[in-house]
Amino acid sequence: MRSGIFFLVAVVVAAIVFGCALAINNDYVFFAGYTVLQFIVLATAWNILGGYTGYVNFGSAAFFALGAYSSVFMHKFYPMPIPVLIVIAAVISGLVGLGMGYLTLRLRGAFFAIATLALAVVLQTLIVNWNYVGGSRGAYVVRPATVAFLGNYVHYLFLLMLGLAVIALTVARTIEHSSLGYGFATIRDDELAAEASGVPTLRLKLIATTISGALMGMAGAPFPYYIGYLQPSSAFGLEYAVNSIAMPIIGGTATWLGPLIGAIVLGSLQQYITVTISSSVNVLIVGLLLVIFVVIAPNGIVGLVQSILRRRRYERKPA
Amino acid sequence: MFSPELAVNALIAGLLLGGFYAAVTIGISISFGILDIVNIAHPAFIILGSYIAYILNAQLGIDPIIAAIIALPAFYVLGAAIYQVYHVAFEMRGREALSGLAFFFGLLFITEVLLILVFGVDYRYVQASYVDQSINIGFINLPKRMLIPCLISILMFIALQLFLSRTFIGRAIMAVAQDQLALRLMAASPTRIKRIAFAISIATASLAGAFLIIIQPVEPSVGREYIGRVFAICVLGGLGSLPGTIIAAMLLGIAESFTSTFYGPSWAPAVSFGILLLTLAFRPAGLLGR
Repeated sequence: MRSGIFFLVAVVVAAIVFGCALAINNDYVFFAGYTVLQFIVLATAWNILGGYTGYVNFGSAAFFALGAYSSVFMHKFYPMPIPVLIVIAAVISGLVGLGMGYLTLRLRGAFFAIATLALAVVLQTLIVNWNYVGGSRGAYVVRPATVAFLGNYVHYLFLLMLGLAVIALTVARTIEHSSLGYGFATIRDDELAAEASGVPTLRLKLIATTISGALMGMAGAPFPYYIGYLQPSSAFGLEYAVNSIAMPIIGGTATWLGPLIGAIVLGSLQQYITVTISSSVNVLIVGLLLVIFVVIAPNGIVGLVQSILRRRRYERKPA
Repeated sequence: MFSPELAVNALIAGLLLGGFYAAVTIGISISFGILDIVNIAHPAFIILGSYIAYILNAQLGIDPIIAAIIALPAFYVLGAAIYQVYHVAFEMRGREALSGLAFFFGLLFITEVLLILVFGVDYRYVQASYVDQSINIGFINLPKRMLIPCLISILMFIALQLFLSRTFIGRAIMAVAQDQLALRLMAASPTRIKRIAFAISIATASLAGAFLIIIQPVEPSVGREYIGRVFAICVLGGLGSLPGTIIAAMLLGIAESFTSTFYGPSWAPAVSFGILLLTLAFRPAGLLGR
């Protein structure tokens, strides 16, 4: 399937999802759906770097918060429509991703992981000390009650995030089926051999960190409008770091389908647990699932299904 | 604002803090520096150590450092068990890069959330006679709650350095990082040696945890602040070098102490990251790296 066709199919599916949400006509569906969609974008973005090239980014929360805080800054400095803010966030977090990658990717993979982990702490320190965007007190972003054409503002945010999810999935799938994707796969499988065969590994890795960082920033840009009151501890929340890793790994990191499935399954499960039990049990369950999947089923749900299908096909064959 | 007395006190506070950071980092120095196992869950085990010291202190009135020494064997066994899972699940399948990291990341959250569920998010602290005493020499102020962890930490370093350079198992641990085949030819199993080394690295978390709760009140998510610090120290010191680790820990301690004295404590967490990035950019091998 060509990327253009995939994009059209994704748009149609997104339109059906939006239609169903409108038909249910309950604001909670939009609130919960927004969160799940946000995780689809984050998980897909993480997977472009983590799944395709094998470099683990622990700083998803940092990129997400960078997007959210660039919106807060613009909201105070010169208010603009959210789609513009998303583009600004993409540029800023893409550049930060590029810089991080440039400093750390020439070394062994673990350094990149550690540096991203530390990046979250430092960005949080900077934000806490930066009074213009609210500092540690946080910032209010009053969202309008309605918007042109759609009416309800929450519907508008949901639609935006749906659009971002379509963009993220299309980007991921396009990469997978292009020479870029094959280049990424060689890095994941054997970086030394790839380098020796003339694959420009550093450049490819930098492309991956930039795209991945930019998508994460885009996911964060509408967040202040969704939550209404943004403080550093919610923008840099634990759940973004742990979910954006757990979802692709539980879903399966090899294809674009894995993060999508992981995000839908885990995201919905978490919405359910947060409402019925508590949000710390929520993180515990995600952590446990992550460890269990990594140890027992390293190829995720997609890998499990594939191996079951393969076995069935094998058994059906007459001996 | 700037006075020599303040600066000398900041320097000494930094050295004492550095001694404590060295104890926090030594486990990572062994697991990441020597064994190449990126144990990012180490700070969470340190917090676990803090809580064990807290329970033994609050329930039985045991001194936190003695409590940590009592808990050492349990941490050793925990470390051996974790290594066994890691070895079977990742090293034997050759996928330690991505999955191994995710595994430890998961352990980090499981430990932290379990502590939150059991103890809540209140700050906990320990009682001991020396916690609020200090020694004054002229204008120099030496709080005992910083001095004692620093001294014991240096003792721990000397003991581990002697163990690594003088005993057969210690030398085998150093060798496992360099040439596993040669180690096998010397009739030592690399898996067993790595298991011992990793168990020792987790055992140090017990003591480091006791130091932490002596120095400051602890709640479960405090550990995350130390992730950046420990890796910054480990990389700055040079991977796998214990003397490098202690020098780097002292340098970071001094840098943080000066930052919080002259700019304010809310900036201190950024120092370690700055050092980490500068090291990675200009001298990735670290101060005493191979």
